[in-house]
Amino acid sequence: MATYDFLFNSLGLRDWCDAGKSGEATLSMADLLAKAGGKTETTLFNLPFPSLDELNKACAAFAKSRDVTKGVEDAFLAAKGALRFVLDPLTQPLSWMLEFALATFEATPWWIMMPLLALVVYFASRSMRLVGFVMACLVFLAFVDHYDHAMQTLAIIFVCAFLCVLFGVPIGIAMSRNDRLQRMTIPILDMLQTLPSFVYLIPLIFLFSVTEPKLYGIAIILYAIVPVIRLTDLGIRLVDKDVIEAADSFGMTDRQKLFGVQIPLALPNIMAGVNQTIMMSLAMVVIASLVSAPGLGVLVLRGIRNLELGVGLVSGLGIVLLAVILDRVTKAALNRVNAAQQH
Amino acid sequence: MSENIKVSIRNLYKIFGADPKAALKHVLDGMSKADLLKQHRHVLGLRDINVDMREGEITVIMGLSGSGKSTLIRHLNRLIEPTSGEVRVDGEDVLAYDEEQLRNLRREVMSMVFQKFALLPHKTVAENAATTLKVRGVAKRDYLVEADKWLDRVGLHGYGNHYPHQLSGGMQQRVGIARALTSNSPIMLMDEAFSALDPLIRTDMQDLLLELQTELHKTIVFITHDLDEALKLADHLVILKDGYIVQQGEPQHILLNPNDPYIEDFVSDINRARVLRVRSIMTPLDGQPVPPDAHGEVDHDDTLESMIARSGGDTSHRFIVMRDGVPEGTLDMTNLVKALVPRVASDASTRRN
Repeated sequence: MATYDFLFNSLGLRDWCDAGKSGEATLSMADLLAKAGGKTETTLFNLPFPSLDELNKACAAFAKSRDVTKGVEDAFLAAKGALRFVLDPLTQPLSWMLEFALATFEATPWWIMMPLLALVVYFASRSMRLVGFVMACLVFLAFVDHYDHAMQTLAIIFVCAFLCVLFGVPIGIAMSRNDRLQRMTIPILDMLQTLPSFVYLIPLIFLFSVTEPKLYGIAIILYAIVPVIRLTDLGIRLVDKDVIEAADSFGMTDRQKLFGVQIPLALPNIMAGVNQTIMMSLAMVVIASLVSAPGLGVLVLRGIRNLELGVGLVSGLGIVLLAVILDRVTKAALNRVNAAQQH
Repeated sequence: MSENIKVSIRNLYKIFGADPKAALKHVLDGMSKADLLKQHRHVLGLRDINVDMREGEITVIMGLSGSGKSTLIRHLNRLIEPTSGEVRVDGEDVLAYDEEQLRNLRREVMSMVFQKFALLPHKTVAENAATTLKVRGVAKRDYLVEADKWLDRVGLHGYGNHYPHQLSGGMQQRVGIARALTSNSPIMLMDEAFSALDPLIRTDMQDLLLELQTELHKTIVFITHDLDEALKLADHLVILKDGYIVQQGEPQHILLNPNDPYIEDFVSDINRARVLRVRSIMTPLDGQPVPPDAHGEVDHDDTLESMIARSGGDTSHRFIVMRDGVPEGTLDMTNLVKALVPRVASDASTRRN
């Protein structure tokens, strides 16, 4: 006898419950233990919560909670074909971009790549000190034979961060202009940001082949796009109301206002969002090595799998160095934007 | 000065709240601002405003904070939409304008100067001054020339390539004025344009505005909470309180004939000798012959302060008041001294907040 038998008996649902019963249901370990251990008296103190499993014991017409997760799985698998049909061609360019970037970064010899990166750093920051620091880090990574892996990681981050900005800024702008859209989008952003990063990979593995770069590309973009959207929205909403009013009073069109006033004045916030986005894509690219993303993450994974302590730690240090480089360079660019707009 | 009415506001009401139209009925039935807020949770911004602004004059709208003066000026270019009423510019109803016409009005007819300057921090001073032309799609070469011309005119020669944050507050507001002038619009709206500046700079800016005005003859709507500033600039003074007009007219007239204890209290604190002009207190000749015992001739626009200095404080003196070289009246120094005393002296019992 189950605890909640009385509920169905008193409601007169006993017949409905038993009608669904077909033979003996599969026994769980807990059931077997309960059988073996004999009955314990149900008192008020160990009254079980009327959960699905508990109600199922009293009435077979109730689904078990295992059936719920099974249902989710079945629903996803049923939708998989359609989803794949739509998403596969849509995201194919992402695969091409990632493959192209990886190939380019690998094919370019180090003695061209390093000066090129130095040049990029200089134009972003205008600081020779920072260029020196970045070069020192890269030389160190190359010296310990981590250059190829570091370049792969960098290639993935460049592509993903670029796409995050490409999509994130317009979404942020749209949110800042429409309160309803903002209310609808914020819960999605919250979810994307708090979902454990491994969970992103699960549905993607079902949808796409693990050998395709877009699998990790999508995971990185979904995870890293959040800050740039949020800060674009915030930045545009924080633009001085007086300046907006002035823009209106001179008869600016919405487009003139957006490109001439709102985006330039929101730029410090947008840049802060880009910085965060780059840092988050770096965090994700390591986890994405679980689904065949190349780069320093692969070495970390090897360190864990094979208990190669040294490999894991050195590549971990390499990731830290990359993070510091990317952070410093984007912050330096941000400071330059800020300096140009101080009030 | 021409007598053409450039801007005319008729029966303007503004109510802030969830359902202004319903609240308007209560206001039209005579409900007070306090009752409207208490019983219907709507704020009465403006009540039955009627003002005519003449072409080429400076109309000053004065009131304390919360009197609705900033709300009122924003109705002229529809930064705020009224609940009911009419705003006519050159005889055309601005409220009937569609988006395109409204944009043209803002670009070509009205330009605005703001209390907090509202310059674009990422643009140079010249680019800021040219904003109004850039918005219209004028080519860069042309708008920079025009902007430089007006920057020179407001005393900012050579600052074109600076950024706003490199300038002091007074200089930033000069850029704000240059920006409004560059648009070459006949109407200028100035929303507490000098209130954020310190007193000496403020006086400079007032002088600059008056100097520009003698040359350009724009129709200026000027908002202020400072009576001295209002009296200095105004051709037509409108005094607002709690969203309605307490009194409007020629500033000298309001000063000598305040029709409300609120205004009496207001005007009792100012330096009357500096503000009042000879013409306001003279005795007109009305065909009488010019008295032979006068101590000299004075201009009708002289201030009483200058008269006191001239007579050396002697109240027995008498002057002939001239206007454009023709005798117009006589000024008795005794009358002058009487005019210096407000009709109701400032005292704590009449003071209201």
